[in-house]
Amino acid sequence: MTIGDWLTEAANWVFLFLAVPTFVASLMVVSSKNVVRAVLYLVIALGGSAALFLMLGSEFVGWTIVLVYIGAVIILFLIGIMITRAPLTKSVDLSHPISARAPAALLSVLLFGVMAWAVVQSFGLETIPFPDEATSTGEIGVSIFTLWVVPFEVMSFVLLAALIGGIALARRDEAPAERQP
Amino acid sequence: MTIIQWILLGSAMFSVGLYGVLTRRNAVLVLASVEIMLSAVNINLVAFDTYLADPAFTGQIFALFVIALAAAEVGIGIAIVLMIFRNRHSADVDELDLMRY
Amino acid sequence: MPAVVAELSRVAVFLQENVEQIDAGDGGWLAAYAWLIPVVPMIVAFLILFFGKYSPWKGWGMATAALGFVAVYGTALAVANLRDGIIAEFSVNIGDVGTFAIEWGWVVDGLSILMFFLVGVVGFLVFVYANGYMKGDARYTWFFASFTLFAGGMLVLVSAPNFIQLIVGWELVGVSSYLLIGHYWEDMDNIDAANKAFMTNKVADAALFIGAVIMSLSAGTFQFSEIFTRMIDGQTVLAQFGFWAGLAIFIGAMGKSAQFPFHVWLPDAMAGPTPVSALMHAATMVTAGVYLIARLFPFYQLPEFSGSMRTIIVVVGAVTLLFMGLLAIVQDDIKRVLAYSTVSQLGYMVAALGVGAYTAGLFHLFTHAFFKALLFLAAGSIIHAVHSNNMSDMGGLRKYMPVTFWTFLIGTAALVGIFPFAGFWSKDEIIASAYFNASNNPEFAAWFMVVLSIVGAFITAFYMARVVSLTFFGTYLGDAKPHESPAIMTVPLVALAAAATTAGLLNIPGLTEVFTEWVTTRAFPIVEHHFTEPEYFLIAIVTPVVLLSLFIGWRLFGPSSELHYTSTSGEAADVSAPERSVAVERDTFRIPVLYPLLENKYYIDDLYMNGIVRPTMGPIADATLWVDMNVVDAVPNLTAGVAKHAAAAVGVIDDNAVDGVYNVAGATTGAIGGFLRQFFPGRVQQYVALSFAGVVIFAALFVIF
Repeated sequence: MTIGDWLTEAANWVFLFLAVPTFVASLMVVSSKNVVRAVLYLVIALGGSAALFLMLGSEFVGWTIVLVYIGAVIILFLIGIMITRAPLTKSVDLSHPISARAPAALLSVLLFGVMAWAVVQSFGLETIPFPDEATSTGEIGVSIFTLWVVPFEVMSFVLLAALIGGIALARRDEAPAERQP
Repeated sequence: MTIIQWILLGSAMFSVGLYGVLTRRNAVLVLASVEIMLSAVNINLVAFDTYLADPAFTGQIFALFVIALAAAEVGIGIAIVLMIFRNRHSADVDELDLMRY
Repeated sequence: MPAVVAELSRVAVFLQENVEQIDAGDGGWLAAYAWLIPVVPMIVAFLILFFGKYSPWKGWGMATAALGFVAVYGTALAVANLRDGIIAEFSVNIGDVGTFAIEWGWVVDGLSILMFFLVGVVGFLVFVYANGYMKGDARYTWFFASFTLFAGGMLVLVSAPNFIQLIVGWELVGVSSYLLIGHYWEDMDNIDAANKAFMTNKVADAALFIGAVIMSLSAGTFQFSEIFTRMIDGQTVLAQFGFWAGLAIFIGAMGKSAQFPFHVWLPDAMAGPTPVSALMHAATMVTAGVYLIARLFPFYQLPEFSGSMRTIIVVVGAVTLLFMGLLAIVQDDIKRVLAYSTVSQLGYMVAALGVGAYTAGLFHLFTHAFFKALLFLAAGSIIHAVHSNNMSDMGGLRKYMPVTFWTFLIGTAALVGIFPFAGFWSKDEIIASAYFNASNNPEFAAWFMVVLSIVGAFITAFYMARVVSLTFFGTYLGDAKPHESPAIMTVPLVALAAAATTAGLLNIPGLTEVFTEWVTTRAFPIVEHHFTEPEYFLIAIVTPVVLLSLFIGWRLFGPSSELHYTSTSGEAADVSAPERSVAVERDTFRIPVLYPLLENKYYIDDLYMNGIVRPTMGPIADATLWVDMNVVDAVPNLTAGVAKHAAAAVGVIDDNAVDGVYNVAGATTGAIGGFLRQFFPGRVQQYVALSFAGVVIFAALFVIF
């Protein structure tokens, strides 16, 4: 299969149309000099990944990403930025200087190289069947509550712990109240 | 559609996220970079789920678990950043080198 | 709403289809609806928790109504049982684990009806009383919520037809007792007492779990009746492990029933409000262990399965009844006297079951529930009046609190075993059973039990004479103005006093056999000796012993002892209050070794504290501290410490002469620290970078090779 063959498939054009903005947006998240913009690029990156999930037929995961990330997590980020009084305009000290960035970039590229090499070695040009219909949310639910019910319960404990931890951390420390004798 | 195009996208986004984690100085942006890395993992999971046509949808379900964990992680992470900011009036990770002393 | 109704009817249909009934027809609808007995208090406990503050009487009304329901239902069952005999068992399958069915059910036979009746009747009276006692408490509603949960947990336990439900009830009782003992948690001592009760019980519970698992696995089912059936049919390998299963389960029972090595928690549990002590000692919690042995009695009575377990049970019971009775003599806290007395009486019950006297042991449990609840509630009435637990603050109360005095006196008569009060009949039956066992079975343990049970009767009478004398006779020594308690507290006292007087008449050998019939309606035959007439020979020994002991106690602690004190010491009679009681104590127990031994509770509490609690808690705390001091701060402490010590040492020798050495030492350590610091910069991101570099290297190695 050549690049030409690959490009004749319509699905791959859709893929490129979604994947390139997603990747570029994630690059902007890590390199933008404006805090608010970096977070807004994160919206695009996550929205792109949600669209990619829809393309793979994983409707439920895609819409969950939209709801949880774009709906809630981004707001958390913006509030975090607002409260920590980050400068809302361009600023140079959002990232480390170039002397620190270069080894980081090298490490990232090496990591990508190793992973890409491993993937190409193992999978070659095997194809994914383009899903005919979306995965039914009901079937996912059945699977979660039968096969994966224990991890699901564990996850609920993690969320509970996070809830308690978040409250305990963000609460302002007060002088210990006098205990009634 | 080949499988590697999805995995390559995932690994590229993972590496980009790692770069962000390593180079950002603002703690909130470090967390945002972590989100990019988790999102890359999700792409990987869902792509393999479709590839394997798993009847139990293991990949998608784990993607959901990752989303839930990521939400918890952001909540806690922002809470920690707020606490640090309150105590030190800065959200700069460079100044968080207390572990040295 | 319709959805809820539909859901409920679905559940009802499910239950109807899945209830598997054994011996249908026995007991009729009364037994079929007995599941309400544990369920109603459990539901009411949670209702009180959520809505109690807005209900009339702030939760007390609901709690008392629930217990009243149990009392009425229990009485109805008892009457029906005496008329026709009820042996019924119902189970609902709620899940399967492998070949084991997890079931929730209710067993209705003589034994469980006894416990329903006791928890209901005694619980109801204690709840009525608690209205007066707890008035004005800051956590009034919360108290009744956890108190109702306590009773409900006990009912879940006694209605259980299988090990799983039994353990659920067992733990419910444990956790609600923890809540109740620690009710006044503002005081650190009470928190410690609650923790002690909980942890001691947990140690024993672990043994119970092990025993239950061994027994269930070797029999192939969790259900008691199935286990016994397979045992009798010889379809189980239980005989091989029977002794160990029986021992482990007995250790669990020892924990809840506060038998000898596990007794330490019960006196401390007096930290809870007095109604809690009363119910805990009479009907719930401590009787659970005795109940468990009685429930498994078809197993324990067969030596081919339980081996020599019965001898162990006898020895533990006998040792407990003697040593805990002795401890009751030296206590100043009136509730602690009663607490040690309870442990001692539980020793009687356990030992009675050990000698195979099923009916006698349960009969003592039955009568003891009434008179011990009575004694505790009367003690609570006194404490309510004088605002102190200590007998050195009491005295002469007979004039101020006549109702409390007379009911307490009836309770005392019942406890020490004066004819015709309840304790006389039940204790006599135990001693007679022990004697019968010993004369047929010339084992050392059997005679040991006979002697100790008579000595125990002597000790019981002695400490009760002391309590009555110090509390109600002589001159009043406290500060508060004593007064009789309100009617809501005295009416339960009178009711319990009536029960304590008459309960013994239910089982007079040769005359009435009501109680024997009551508790032996079990699905499995209970093999025991049946007395056709009282053992006059033993009564002729025990009753004089008791009367003699009462007389000695009265002489030592009664009003005349004040004269005794002044005459021996030759000092003036106007001794102030605390001095008097201390003086009396000293005067009586000058026996050098024994008194300190008793005062310090045989040093068992200290042994546990120094031998188990501190060695486990201490090293954990020390290790944490050590890690914190030495590992976490290692590099800075090491560098700074070396420099500092070097500086100090060097400085002491000579500042000028070895200045160079000092400099070198300081510089060296500084340089080492600085050198190490380059590799440990303390920046998170560099750590991340390093770890991912490692990942890349290892991943590459894996891909290549």
